[in-house]
This record gives sequence, structure tokens and C-alpha cells, in this order.
Amino acid sequence: MTNTDLTPFNLAEINVADDSNAFHKLQYGALQRARALELPSFEEEVWRYTQINDLDLSKYSIGAPGGEMQARGLTADVVDAAAVLEVVNGEVVTSQINDPNVSIFTELDDENVASGVGSVMTDAVDIFAEYNHALSTSPLVIRIARNSVVEKPIVIRHATSETDFAWFPRVVVIAEENSEATILEHQVSTDVEALICPVTEITAGQSARLKYLTVQELGPRVWQLASQISDIGRDAHVAVSHVAFGGGYARARIDTRMVGSGATGDIGAVYFGRKDTTLDFRTFQKHDAPHTNSNLLFKGAVDDRSRAIYTGMIRIEPDASDVVAYQTNRNLKLSDEAWAESVPNLEIENNDVKCSHASAVGPVDADQRFYLESRGVPSEVAEALVVRGFFAEVLEDFPIPSIGIKTLERISELLSLEGVSL
Amino acid sequence: MVKLVVEGLEASVGGKQILRGINLEVSSGQVHAVMGPNGAGKSTLSNVIMGRPGYVATAGSVSIDGTDVLSLPTWERAQLGLFLAMQYPTEVPGVSIRDTLSLALTSRGISSENVVGRLLDEALAIGLNPELLDRSLNVDLSGGEKKRNETAQLAVLQPSIAILDELDSGLDIDALKACAERIEALTKNQLGVLCITHYHRLLDYLPADTVHILVDGKIVESAGPELAVELEAEGYSRFLPDKQDANDGVSVAIGGLSLLKPSLVDEDPFADPMA
Ligand SMILES: Nc1ncnc2c1ncn2[C@@H]1O[C@H](COP(=O)(O)OP(=O)(O)OP(=O)(O)O)[C@@H](O)[C@H]1O
Ligand SMILES: [Mg+2]
Repeated sequence: MTNTDLTPFNLAEINVADDSNAFHKLQYGALQRARALELPSFEEEVWRYTQINDLDLSKYSIGAPGGEMQARGLTADVVDAAAVLEVVNGEVVTSQINDPNVSIFTELDDENVASGVGSVMTDAVDIFAEYNHALSTSPLVIRIARNSVVEKPIVIRHATSETDFAWFPRVVVIAEENSEATILEHQVSTDVEALICPVTEITAGQSARLKYLTVQELGPRVWQLASQISDIGRDAHVAVSHVAFGGGYARARIDTRMVGSGATGDIGAVYFGRKDTTLDFRTFQKHDAPHTNSNLLFKGAVDDRSRAIYTGMIRIEPDASDVVAYQTNRNLKLSDEAWAESVPNLEIENNDVKCSHASAVGPVDADQRFYLESRGVPSEVAEALVVRGFFAEVLEDFPIPSIGIKTLERISELLSLEGVSL
Repeated sequence: MVKLVVEGLEASVGGKQILRGINLEVSSGQVHAVMGPNGAGKSTLSNVIMGRPGYVATAGSVSIDGTDVLSLPTWERAQLGLFLAMQYPTEVPGVSIRDTLSLALTSRGISSENVVGRLLDEALAIGLNPELLDRSLNVDLSGGEKKRNETAQLAVLQPSIAILDELDSGLDIDALKACAERIEALTKNQLGVLCITHYHRLLDYLPADTVHILVDGKIVESAGPELAVELEAEGYSRFLPDKQDANDGVSVAIGGLSLLKPSLVDEDPFADPMA
């Protein structure tokens, strides 16, 4: 394939060579690189088990047509926010700040945008991240002021309602030294054919405390190829959590890097696949500094014909001593046709570490179901209760309690437990 | 008046035959104790009656008032009036005892309106810390707390026949007394009990009408409560097949109660001692 043959999104015709500002320069460089890249293949390890070879970029057009914010789904009740940012089909339609310690930059010619975008993901992790670099029309750069505590969540909504459309949400969060904040990002779409390639970059300065929760409720014909990358500084604590329900193929690559001594990263996910959804998670816990911790817990269920993929890597660099790192992935297989794969990995270059990984794919525990049945709870309800309980355990202390409750309610609905008073 | 009838019950676990023809009848208000050495098949009996996955009845029958139990799913057995207090109650993360009992009652068509209050009363009556009622079922409970939890559930669900699989194991003496007396009170209210135990002390508070000795998948003897006292003093040795390498210090047969035919014992230690 030659460069000129590769013309998804009419890349050959796009001209971002305007170098009037730093952000455009950055986009131009990325565009040059993107033109030289080929789409990945499932033969590559990081794309193994996926249907990536079925992705046909030619059917999507790009742009920023904007539109109305439609369903707010699971996050509808979160109204009391430190800031609200709503981005519809590539255009920022709401940008509202209610807390003076939060600054938000969205203008493409703003120097905060130019310096923020690409500050953590200096090299795109894959072609889709490179496209995001080159083509994002709606970067959101969020700064949390030094020594401040932002009590209420910052709410971001990325909504898609255009069909045959591709776009590239970008969020950059900079939690300055000793700041504290919680961010809720909602990814939602109507039932459209769309390709969404989000990139999220998180920097936590010294002693910062940041929670970043992503809720994914995309339509069944959406391809989403997301990457999230966090650099956690000295004594800082970042907790990233993912709730995923939808999408045709929804992938999240999650890189968490403990770069400062004493850094802690918590990585969590709750996912529930139905119908023909494929949920694909690739996690990388990278310990660059000593005295760092990371703790990953992913729990999922696959129902109907859905598929879930989890592959994870813990990497501990030679200089990183006194490290504790955990990685746990558990999957419940709720139907015969559902499928899940779980592949944990460790790469350890230092002896002074404590690591463990565990993974499981299996049906609902027969003894647990039997216990409930032996009290007179009908089989189907007993099974649903066990599944709900499997998730309740992690959702009970979720970063934003109301979202934990909503997520559990949604799971109860999916398990046909909505008529059951709990 | 409800009657649980077990007739000629044979069962296997993992393809291995464990029960070799059990006959038992438990009626409302009665307490039947089942005692026997480790591995004899006592829990297998309770699991087969309740329908635990993996425990397969291969012959015989179990019925309640003439209704065949073995063809029913577990939850229907429970709704028919059976209850199993498990030897090792299963941990069910994320599912509370309150939710379980509300659902257990509502799916019987019984209002669960005051289930919380009743559970609380039962918990207090047997010394179960009410805070534990909000926890996930059996998760991080001590052995004794699990048994009290089983007892509280039994008392709320009010089954007609309860199988207690070593309810006493893990209970301290106060808890044992509280749980056993609570169940004893229920038997006055027509509860029938099949009580599996190793120790006589449980039967001090929950007096048995009949004591059965289960050895190697068969009931080898049934007698009045004095049998439990004797067993505690003498052990099961006289019911066990005489093994060549057994400790010689153990006396094998006492009195005229032995049903073993000495001629068979030496030939085949796995032979049916009742044959
Ligand atoms: N799930 C199982 N898988 C394999 N073997 C089993 C299983 N359950 C029971 N067994 C076997 O069946 C036999 C009887 O076990 P059972 O638990 O019924 O004994 P028990 O009389 O209750 O003993 P204890 O006094 O120790 O509770 C034993 O040999 C045991 O190893
Ligand atoms: Mg037992």
C-alpha cells in the first residue's frame, strides 16, 4: 500500500499545513505520520482476538457538524457539577464552569491546547490515536488548580448522532500539584454507524488525587477505538474506572504509568456485553519509579453472543524497587454463545516487587446459585442475583457513588431483576 | 402433618457411589439425628435431598407427602417445605441475607413486608450481630456466625422439614444452646428435623426421637437417644468393617447391637455390612 492509496477520511485532500499556531503544527505532523501507517491486523498481539480486519474506514466521513445533546443515559442525574462539557459530533456545544479551581481550554489556537495535547501521549499508541492527533476538532484541556479540592465532579459528555461519521474526542487533564478532582466522562450515541477514536491524557502532579470515570453506552453499530494514558507523579493517586455496556466493537487501551516515586494507580472496570457487542480491554501498568503501587480489577459479564477480551501487562522497570502490583480480571459467561478471553502478563526487571495476577472466565458459580435456590429463590432469579452480586461488590465503593448505584440498577435491568425489590 | 420419606436412596458423587440404600422417615414435630464417621455420606444425603449440583440420585426415592422431590429443581424443593442448613454455608459476594429472604418469601407468594423486622428478631434471639445482616451472605463470617445465620434464616422461612448438617460445628456452647433451643421451639410448632451431628451436646438441647448411624452409605443402626450417648463414649468402631491394619487397641464389638457379620468383614472391607 502506498501513502497515496490510503485515503480514509480523504486524508490526501486535507490540508492542515497551516502552521499559524502550535496546535496546527502538531496536527500536521500527525497527519504526515498517519498517512504512512497501515491499519492493524488481528495477527498483532495487541489486536489479537479482535475483528479489526473488518473495519472499513472508507465509509466514514469526518468533520464537526455538532448537533443537539440527546440522551444522557446513566449520567442524567449528575447535575450538580463543577463543570459541564458537552461535545456532540465533534463540536463543543456546552462549556460551563462552576468552580474557580477548574480551567478549561477548548480553542484550537489556545496555547494551553497546543501544549496539553500530546503532553502524555507523546507517541501515538496506535493508528487511531494518531488519527486523533491529526484530526481532533474538539480537544478539551482541563486544569485543576494547585492545592485545590474540587468537590463536585467535572462532567464531560461525548455524544454521537451522525451516521457514517468518524470523530476524535480528546481530553487532556492536568491535575496540578496537591489538587483533587473527580471527572466523569460519558460516551453515548444513538443507533448510528460511527467510528469514534477517543484519546484521554492524564497528568497527576505531585500529591494530586484524581478520579477519572468513563461510562460507555454506545449504540450497537459503533466502532470505538479508545486510548487512555495516565502519568502519575510523585505521591499522586489516580483512579481510572471504566463502565462499558455498548458498542459493536468497543476497545479501550488503558496505559497507567507510575512515573513518580510513591505513585499509586487504581484501574477498574465493570462491563456487561449483550447481543453482538465486543468489548476489548488492553491494559498496561508500567512502574517506572520505586515505592509505587498499582491495582487493577476488571469484572465483566458476557451474555447472548457478546464477546469480551482482556489482555493486561504489568511492567516493572529495573529502577522500580518496592513495588506492589496487582491485576485481576474475572468474567462471567452467561450464555453458551457468549465468549470471553483473559490473558494477564507480567514483565519484571526488579527483584524487590510484589506482584500477582489472576484471571478467570466461567459460568455463574453453581454452589452460590444452589445456596440461594436452597432458600426457595427460583433458579433464574438466583442466577441473576449472583451476577448482580458479582458486580455489586465493586460498585459499592465506586468513585462516584451515584454512578455506582445507577450502574447496578442498569445491570439489574439487564438481568431482568427490575421487578424485584432489592 | 408433613412427612419426608427416603426410600432405598442410592447416590453418587463424581461417578463414585456414596449412598447405598438409605431408608428414613421424618414427620412433623420429630427430630431424627444422623451420626456417623467422617466420609460416611451424611452431607451427601443432605445434598442429594436438596438437589445440590453434582450429587446424583441413582436409585430410590425421596418424597414429601407423596410428592416426588428428586424430580424438582432445588428451589421448588425449598418451596415445598425443605430447608438445608449447610455444613459449609457458601459465600455469595454482593448478595445480602435480607434480599435473599425477601425474594425467597415473595416467590412463595408470601409478603416480605416485615422480613427485616423478623430477621432482626431472630438474629437477636440467637445472638447474631444484626450488623452482619447487611453483609454479603456468609462472606467474612466466622464459622459460628455462619451457623447462626443459617439458623436465623431457617426461623424466618419456617420450613416444614429442616436438614441440619452439623449445625453445631463451629458454635460455642452459648450459641449452640441458643440455636438448638430456637429450633427445638420450632419443632413444637410442627417442624420436622433431620439433624446430622458428631456430638451428643447438640441433642441435649434438641432432643432426638431417633438416632441413626450412617456408615459407608448405609444406615447400620437406628435406636433411641441413648445410642448417641453410647456413641460418644465408644466411637463408631463397632460399626466399622474390621481392617487388618487397624489399631489393635480399639475394641470392635460391644454387646449384642452389632449387625456386622464377622465372616464378611475379613473377606471384603467394602462389602455391604447389612448383607
Ligand atoms: N463434591 C464432592 N466431590 C468428590 N467427592 C465427594 C464430594 N462430596 C463428597 N464426596 C465424597 O463422598 C464421601 C462422603 O462425603 P460426605 O461429605 O457425604 O461425608 P460426611 O459423612 O458428611 O463426612 P463429615 O463428617 O466429614 O462431614 C467422601 O468420601 C467424600 O470424599
Ligand atoms: Mg458432612
